[in-house]
Amino acid sequence: MTTTAPEAGTRAAPEGSPGAARGPRRTGRIRRIGLPYLLLLPALLLELLVHLVPMVIGIAMSFKELTQFYIRDWGTAPWSGLGNYKLSVDFDGPVGEALLHSFLVTVSFTLLSVGLCWLIGTSAAVYMQDTFRGRGLLRAIFLVPYALPVYAAVITWAFMFQHDNGLVNHVLHDQLHLTDKPSFWLIGDNSFYALLTVSVWKGWPFAFLIVMAGLQNIPRELYEAAALDGAGLWQQIRRITLPSLRPVNQVLVLVLFLWTFNDFNTPYVLFGKSAPEAADLISIHIYQASFVTWNFGTGSAMSVLLLLFLLIVTGAYLLVTSRGRKAADA
Amino acid sequence: MRTIRAAAVGAVTLSLALAATACGGGSSTGGGSNDSPKTLTYWASNQGASISVDQKVLKPELDKFEKQTGIKVKVEVVPWSDLLNRILTATTSGQGPDVMNIGNTWSASLQATGALLPWDAANFAKIGGKDRFVDSALGSTGTQGKDPAAVPLYSMSYALYYNKQIFADAGIANPPATWDELVADGKKIEAKGKNGLGAEGSNLSNNIHQVFVLAKQHGADFFTADGKPSFTSDGAVAAVKEYVDLMAKDKIVGVSNAEYAQNQSLSDFAKGKTGMVLWQTASATFKSLGMKDSEWGVAAAPVQSGAPGTGAQTNSMVAGINMAVFKNTHNLDGAAQFVKFMTSDAEQKILNTAYGSIPPVKAAQSDPAFNAQATAVLRQTLASSAQALPQVPDESQFETAVGTAVKDLFADAAAGRAVTTDSVKARLRKAEQQMPAK
Repeated sequence: MTTTAPEAGTRAAPEGSPGAARGPRRTGRIRRIGLPYLLLLPALLLELLVHLVPMVIGIAMSFKELTQFYIRDWGTAPWSGLGNYKLSVDFDGPVGEALLHSFLVTVSFTLLSVGLCWLIGTSAAVYMQDTFRGRGLLRAIFLVPYALPVYAAVITWAFMFQHDNGLVNHVLHDQLHLTDKPSFWLIGDNSFYALLTVSVWKGWPFAFLIVMAGLQNIPRELYEAAALDGAGLWQQIRRITLPSLRPVNQVLVLVLFLWTFNDFNTPYVLFGKSAPEAADLISIHIYQASFVTWNFGTGSAMSVLLLLFLLIVTGAYLLVTSRGRKAADA
Repeated sequence: MRTIRAAAVGAVTLSLALAATACGGGSSTGGGSNDSPKTLTYWASNQGASISVDQKVLKPELDKFEKQTGIKVKVEVVPWSDLLNRILTATTSGQGPDVMNIGNTWSASLQATGALLPWDAANFAKIGGKDRFVDSALGSTGTQGKDPAAVPLYSMSYALYYNKQIFADAGIANPPATWDELVADGKKIEAKGKNGLGAEGSNLSNNIHQVFVLAKQHGADFFTADGKPSFTSDGAVAAVKEYVDLMAKDKIVGVSNAEYAQNQSLSDFAKGKTGMVLWQTASATFKSLGMKDSEWGVAAAPVQSGAPGTGAQTNSMVAGINMAVFKNTHNLDGAAQFVKFMTSDAEQKILNTAYGSIPPVKAAQSDPAFNAQATAVLRQTLASSAQALPQVPDESQFETAVGTAVKDLFADAAAGRAVTTDSVKARLRKAEQQMPAK
């Protein structure tokens, strides 16, 4: 180990000594305090440009009657006040009714998808804790859906869900004889389950990865002690694994919830710009309102409402989970 | 420390530069100019079997144009699924190509954005005058009473394509001329284990084209004379029901067709699984799918009774591609020269022959090349029995709303749910409610 002695002549004068070099010391302190902010500035500016500015523009658009007649110079669009918001939450009207339907579909879809992703991911991670031959390979295979480009993966699923030549019907109908006739997966009511399948397939490896990382931090001694005391596998999971994973799960579930609720790529690649009613997720619904029917003002209002909803849910979730953690710690 | 400070200053400068660049985008409200007289950017719609086929067709022609004028054309072939969104984005940002292809049914919708150069008498004079183009094609270039927003480039119309071998096997001597005959022939083909007719149930635009024609045959339209949506009239409901009933009641369209949206019905036809298909300029696609010209025949699309003509005898929409100039172009004169080149008699023959479409330019249309089996019926249809889709600003939204209603009805039919007049009316009412309020 080497140490560097302060250079002669640059050594700081003792604190409070008269005639000490106050100027350079103050400059040094300012530099120490200011440098981190200076270094953060580029990121802050980019954050401002990439996130905040579009968000403010989006909010401004939501108060305007913005259709194709004004998109070329949207500043000239007539002011509509809360008109777009009223239209979106008027659940007796066609726009509000369709938005509510889409919202309910999205809530059901998100709850099921996040729940299944968490369950499969956690089960797989717990299973993978034991060492066995081929564990590394299996872990890598489990991560494939997470590593694949979304478009390529979802388009492959779209092929597999095809009525005539799709692999899903081939297995379910032709080989296992579980259905009377080949089902439709990309149109009609089954489209919800097709979407859910792809979403879970795509999402669970992330849960697996995070839970697996969380499991690494649980001391093995706890399990050994519990085993000596006669605790079985389920008791070990319930008493040691799940409580120890609580902070990890708190973040995991929140991230999965936000990603799934806002997922646009999966339904868009699977169904195109016009998703079946049963799989009309809110992201596609807002896209349709904005870019297909060219009601950019209404689409922006729906986006703001979605943002508010997610903020409230996220805030409430964090509040409840942090209280729970404090209670557990006490 | 000096290095860190320099790096920090550099990063801040870069951020500010990026910010300045991002904020300093072109004005979307500006007009055209001639700032870049030697180059043009051109967004061509995907017309051929693939994007590379289009590039192969267009490249020698663009080289020819560069040789003639010294203007280099940078072409990008844009897939159909992306084209409208790309145009909208360009319209919003003001940063688009100089010249672009648009679907002719979008003309009025895009005209309403104010992003396209109006083709007034002076602009038309630069390309040889409006009279050079056939009337039916000019009918799809923008709202009536306004200067066109685009110039016709390729014209197409619907026709009935049939598989000669399947017809022979089913004992059908001549292609059907009416819907009743088509259903009867379809049933004969179904009896032989093949599908009678192909459809693209999840293709919104195709759905619109088919029900628009049927609505005309029922004396109805989807918009009132003053441009308001009118989707639930008896004629419109009857038209949609008649189309979906081909699967739901007559059962001459296979249930799989309900989820078709990527021209799978053409693939089925080329593979000999389907006896008939109603399509626009399908010959090039059949060829690319390995079907010989001698294996298929083409006839006028059916009418309710009698022969195709005007009004209730309409049997096709006026399909096609228009060429528009972006108002913000940096090469106004070059863009006009390019449109003149692409719509010249010689280029019209070359391009339309390559794509199997019909020239909207009168002089080129009379060329014998367009009197062959593949094109004679289409040309005749365009001349005498095709009508333009409603040229209203909300046309694009109409395609999505009613196209989706038909798609959902096909999904009902495929799932074995009843398709009734009431269920059709309910879907169309919902579609009408989704249209922008006036």
